[in-house]
Amino acid sequence: MAKAKDALLEPLFNNNPIALQILGICSALAVTNKLSTAFTMSIAVTLVTACSNAAVSAIRNHIPNSIRIIVQMTIIATLVIIVDQMLKAYAYEMSKALSVYVGLIITNCIVMGRAEAYAMKNPVYESFLDGVGNGLGYSLVLLVVGFVRELFGAGKLFGLTILSPTTDGGWYVTNGMMLLAPSAFFLIGFIIWALRTKKPELQEE
Amino acid sequence: MAHYFTIFFNSVFIDNIALSFFLGMCTFIALSKKVDTAFMLGIAVVAVELVTVPVNNILYNLLLKKGALAWAGYPELDLSFLGLITYIGVIAAIVQILEMALDKYVPALYNALGIFLPLITVNCAILAASLFMVERDYNVMESTVYGVGVGVGFALAICLLAGIREKLVYSDVPKGLRGVGITFIIVGLVAMSFKAFSGLQF
Repeated sequence: MAKAKDALLEPLFNNNPIALQILGICSALAVTNKLSTAFTMSIAVTLVTACSNAAVSAIRNHIPNSIRIIVQMTIIATLVIIVDQMLKAYAYEMSKALSVYVGLIITNCIVMGRAEAYAMKNPVYESFLDGVGNGLGYSLVLLVVGFVRELFGAGKLFGLTILSPTTDGGWYVTNGMMLLAPSAFFLIGFIIWALRTKKPELQEE
Repeated sequence: MAHYFTIFFNSVFIDNIALSFFLGMCTFIALSKKVDTAFMLGIAVVAVELVTVPVNNILYNLLLKKGALAWAGYPELDLSFLGLITYIGVIAAIVQILEMALDKYVPALYNALGIFLPLITVNCAILAASLFMVERDYNVMESTVYGVGVGVGFALAICLLAGIREKLVYSDVPKGLRGVGITFIIVGLVAMSFKAFSGLQF
């Protein structure tokens, strides 16, 4: 039971996939200029990671070692296609906004990395939880970055105005920089800095 | 001709795959510690993009697009949902073939590239180039130019970053920021300067 709890909670802070393992940053940066896209992406990645971990773990004793990457790829690609089609069917606008980034979950190193590092060695239930945990750790960083970028860049959260911007006659001068690419890099850099200051054992030489 | 130049320069500078779409970031951060390795990786990316994007383009137009199978008697069939799995399969296969061909004919280059070639299969920049190509409806010629452009853009960006990181050894960075943290901030600054190619608008 303790192992299952660890599998779920470790990736949130102690071993966060984005901030510490530096995996899957591509999409983390690209979809965070709005909170709603960041949220959808989080759900998609958590689902894919959890299900692919469970699936890979279930057949782990039957996969020949030499072709395991292709097998994992196929499982992941299938799951991503399902998520992509679901988004197109039920949230078409959102799927347009995320454009290619849903498809890119396939090459998101978190999914592949967890399948390879954890699911190949552990039973189904723990692998599933590990997938959920890593998905949530990813979501956490995504939501924090998305929150800051949308709030300060457009004065909104989930599209609702919080700080009324000067363009609509309010008082808040929007920081257009926040909506551009570089701000995401700065924010992730700062998150890593904060985490490593708090946990000195993680610092690099 | 001018049309192809536009595609090329757009993909190298304005829409730089690493700095404005954040793709291929994992390798971008992990392998940019030395200029030599960064340059090798850059070459490998250009080579793979040059082949995969046009091949995926041909497959998409001949087999997957809606109505593409009309020649086989299925004018209504739309297989575009199989796109993702096709592209990744093609990329994995081409990387494998490229690896074997290099090993046979240009062993020097093969040894230099070493582990970078297989790593490229899971580089999002490669898959993304194919996906953008489909989204923008390029034809074979356009997609070849686009593929090379994306590769060159990535190579340029990673060499730039590696150059800066080599110099960084001499600076005194705060403890918590050392390594990855400061790299992110540098990438942010480089990305900002690349924004100037499209004109800064705040």
